[in-house]
Amino acid sequence: MYVITVCGMGFGTSLMLLMELQSIGKKHNIKVSGEALDMSSFKGKKADLIVASSEIAKTIDGSEIPVLSIKNILDKQEIEDKFLQFFNQNKKE
Amino acid sequence: MKNKTFLLPDAVSLSAEAKTPEDAIRLAGDLLVNAHISLPTYTDAMIEAFHTLGCYIVLAPHIAMPHARPDNQVLKAGFGLLRLNEPIKFGHPENDPVKLLIPLAGVDNHGHIELLQILACVLSEPMNIDILLSSQDVNEIINLFDAGKINEE
Repeated sequence: MYVITVCGMGFGTSLMLLMELQSIGKKHNIKVSGEALDMSSFKGKKADLIVASSEIAKTIDGSEIPVLSIKNILDKQEIEDKFLQFFNQNKKE
Repeated sequence: MKNKTFLLPDAVSLSAEAKTPEDAIRLAGDLLVNAHISLPTYTDAMIEAFHTLGCYIVLAPHIAMPHARPDNQVLKAGFGLLRLNEPIKFGHPENDPVKLLIPLAGVDNHGHIELLQILACVLSEPMNIDILLSSQDVNEIINLFDAGKINEE
């Protein structure tokens, strides 16, 4: 699955999220690739999923790509739970 | 294994006084300047980024990670740690008030990915957060980030 993580500058929280998603992917044998982008450059990109901190996610309107909103970037459990829930809901398609 | 220090003693302040987010980011930036990590103009860029991009830098309860784009205002990749005596609000609906600021500076992508890995590794452990929020011992705090490097291998 291809994931875009988004933050204000594309190198802080977005990179932290992407690294965490890749390690979750490894743990559950889900292939996760993607890129960390800033708020202007993610638009128009194709991906299966967008992941961002809650304050950033709020500003992503009208995206055709599903958005996961993470309240606490340092909470591995929150990220894992939300990601797996998304993965399990979508894998049948 | 080489013993690499990610957090320099000059970049740590455990009892800072600030009234506004701007004051706090300024003090956090001063730490990076003290530790020869960045130039004062990088501090201005962090404050500017907070103004334009908002409170999402409060990435977890009580913890903010101010940063700006990596460029020539940064002398070497690094981070600092500023603890406020009195927590202040940054405007984040869930993670306010902020007690701990971790200003981050990157020069190139590779170096700062390593820093982010160390930070994520140390900060995702609640016991470490307790130490960061309460310890009076600078060395204890610095050692957390060395141990983080080792655990990461």
